[in-house]
Amino acid sequence: METIANSVFDSEEQQHAAIQRLSYAFELQRRDFLKALGGGVLVCLAVKNAVTQESGHTQHAASDEDLPNSIAAWLHVSEDGTVTVFTGKVEIGQNIRTSLSQQVAEELRVPLASVQLTMADTELTPFDMGTFGSRTTPIMGRQLRTVAMAARNLLIDMAAQQLHADRNTLVAADGKIRDPKSNHTISYGELTKGQQLTRVIGEDPPETAASDWHAAGASAPKVDARAFVTGQHKYTPDLVRPGMLYGKVLRPAAFHASLGSLDSSEAEKIAGVKVVRDGEFVGVVAPDEHTATKALQALRAKWNSPPQIGDSQLFEHLKSKSEPSSGEHNLHVTGDVQKAMAAAHKAITKSYTVAYIAHCPLEPRAAVAEWSGDKLTVWTGTQRPFGVQEELASAFRIPKETIRVIVPDTGAAYGGKHMGDAAVEAARLAKSAGKPVKLVWTREEEFTWAYFRPAGVIEVNAATGSDGKITAWEFHNYNSGPAGIGTPYDIPNQHIQFHPADSPLRQGSYRGLAATANHFVRESAMDELAHEAGVDPLEFRLRNLTDPRLRAVLEAAAKKLGWGKEKSSGSRGFGIAGGVEKGGYVATCAEVEISPSREVRITRVVEAFECGAIVNPGGLRNQIEGSIVQAIGGALFEAIRFDNGRILNPHFAQYRVPRFSDTPEIEVEMLDRKDLPSAGAGETPIVGLAPAVGNAIFAATGIRLRSLPMIPEGLPQAHPAEA
Amino acid sequence: MAIPLLVNGTEHRVDAPSGEALLTVLRDRLGLTGTKYGCGEGQCGACTVLLDGKPVRSCRLALGTASQKKITTIEGLAQGEHLHPVQETFLRAEAFQCAYCTSGMIMSAVALLDKNPHPSSQEIIRHMDGNICRCGTYPRILAAIRDAALRNR
Ligand code: FES
Ligand code: FES
Repeated sequence: METIANSVFDSEEQQHAAIQRLSYAFELQRRDFLKALGGGVLVCLAVKNAVTQESGHTQHAASDEDLPNSIAAWLHVSEDGTVTVFTGKVEIGQNIRTSLSQQVAEELRVPLASVQLTMADTELTPFDMGTFGSRTTPIMGRQLRTVAMAARNLLIDMAAQQLHADRNTLVAADGKIRDPKSNHTISYGELTKGQQLTRVIGEDPPETAASDWHAAGASAPKVDARAFVTGQHKYTPDLVRPGMLYGKVLRPAAFHASLGSLDSSEAEKIAGVKVVRDGEFVGVVAPDEHTATKALQALRAKWNSPPQIGDSQLFEHLKSKSEPSSGEHNLHVTGDVQKAMAAAHKAITKSYTVAYIAHCPLEPRAAVAEWSGDKLTVWTGTQRPFGVQEELASAFRIPKETIRVIVPDTGAAYGGKHMGDAAVEAARLAKSAGKPVKLVWTREEEFTWAYFRPAGVIEVNAATGSDGKITAWEFHNYNSGPAGIGTPYDIPNQHIQFHPADSPLRQGSYRGLAATANHFVRESAMDELAHEAGVDPLEFRLRNLTDPRLRAVLEAAAKKLGWGKEKSSGSRGFGIAGGVEKGGYVATCAEVEISPSREVRITRVVEAFECGAIVNPGGLRNQIEGSIVQAIGGALFEAIRFDNGRILNPHFAQYRVPRFSDTPEIEVEMLDRKDLPSAGAGETPIVGLAPAVGNAIFAATGIRLRSLPMIPEGLPQAHPAEA
Repeated sequence: MAIPLLVNGTEHRVDAPSGEALLTVLRDRLGLTGTKYGCGEGQCGACTVLLDGKPVRSCRLALGTASQKKITTIEGLAQGEHLHPVQETFLRAEAFQCAYCTSGMIMSAVALLDKNPHPSSQEIIRHMDGNICRCGTYPRILAAIRDAALRNR
């Protein structure tokens, strides 16, 4: 089982470091499946180092010289002209199966329908670090375009030979190559028939400029959408293997509890039930789910739980148990903040907090594990199939070559499915059962034994001069994480620091990482400064900002909302926030209504977003809208409550997530910059909502809310000093 | 003792305890995995099926109670290749991301439109509020339901 990670930053770094030590050069000839692919043309993309390419941590990557070349992606054009692309990325609702297919179709000049993507199968697809950090579109998208382009060039060469034509005059379109002179055409299938060609190519920039895109750049429906509206798509919990049993795991009474004693006699009396015990791990298998649940309930266990802190002591704990920053990447200093604070015209000193929240993907963590001899196959919903393969290898002390991890398109993750807990548990049960085992976590297990978005304390001191320009910016984040911690505003004196701390709960990645927390604080504090300086919040931001891309989204969002047309009143408030993260620029405007009974409703959200050239506008809009809705929960009411090693609200009835009735009118403005490379967009659109809403509530009520969630128990009474 | 169960027009005899959840019966015993487990607590709607035309949470319904009633699941909506209008409008509006909630959403929407072919936005929201889409595709689902309602005219 995984140990508690200390912080999202460390845990991701540790994972990356652990994986980086390994060598991923594999010999293509070992891959039997290449033979199984049959005739045709196979193009492989060799990159200098697939590991650092994919890690998204270019600054602190291990030196690439030590690492061998790796194959990042491959693409096969079969003898009937169908195209199969292999990538280790996973589809978790972010729609990359479609957008990556579009990009391949674009470069290869084939119809979208003739592209098949084989994703996330450790036996079939190239190594991939994982699907997170908004890296798929900028990196994998580019790599697949490169392979597709190389395949197209190869096919053109072959056509030139067959048609006795000059390759430079040939035109590839719609899966065919045409010689405009003779008007002869030849299809890809005709070209690849009887061939057994393999090409390994290096990385080159893709040929087709975004301004010339046809398949990419236009909205395409989800490629397999019909399977989803008919209930035919098989997620991990839907899989069945011959002879499969159903598993359940006995969970400790509290975090860090150790098993004192176990009486499994009653459970073992139930027909078909087997109890599996291995150290602290206890589980049951049964021929059906119902019986497995009954058997689990029949286990009598005594646990020894150490005393642990509760959420009421959380923020004190995080501050007192924090470390000074380790290493340069946690600290950024320019100028002299102290001096600038002393000379301030106006200044603020504020403390903000952020609660733990749960990902709650609707598909819980699940796995189906099957041993055949020494070989283990596991189907599981994870963002890191190759990472899960490593986890299984170390849990069972077997070579990873004997383990195959397959990820069916999954019922979402939001950063929550990095670890292979369910996979390891299912495999352990299957090993004892001698049969395949399916394990699906219950919702309560999800809420308790998965990991959480880190909680944090964030302190900010800032000052402005008499001209409304920010002169000092000091920002300390305890525990929640360093993502998006910097400021895009032009401030001469800055001290920005991340302090890792001891987290009482297991924590890890969440969509956008700490960028949500850091943007909430920065953009709320910007509002506080604007208010102190007596300057309109939009005007205040623009006055302190030269970055043209951020200015562009702020202005676009404000224009679409009609910023300044209506003044905020006691019953209606408007707020704005902006930011940049992972190559995406976002600005969010929120309109809130305060009812006479002091109920807060977000009535309208306008968001402008720019992430370079847009690959699939429909898919992007869906991601932006979804981010806004998901952000409402963390902004207003989601918080994990805990005490003494127990989660106090592990059910949807107690942990409120956004529903239809919470959904505002949403307007999205997407700025398409065809002159800029495409950045990922699954995360950054989430960061603007919380501060925009907080600022709108302040504009209406004069109450500044400095904790996420902001109104778990409704709108508080105004603080006398602020009323 | 086998318990009779009428699902999507087919009479099954299920050899399971009458207290077993209908959701488990559908998924594990009849192989109808389009109906999803999201919480097992009646809170998310992923397991929604129709029982004599009314939407129910199959995770909270015992097999014994469902026996003798007409059950419709997501697999029973399309007529051959011909999708139900609500499936069509969900497709058109691309009213999903991971689509794990989709079966439950569609079943709830079908139940609403069968009873009330021209619901107001408020009525749609009230009816659908028990169905969670964690990916946040609510605006698209609303659009899909409104679109399906328009076709009822
Ligand atoms: S699974 Fe039945 S309501 Fe959630
Ligand atoms: S689309 Fe993922 S939960 Fe609705």
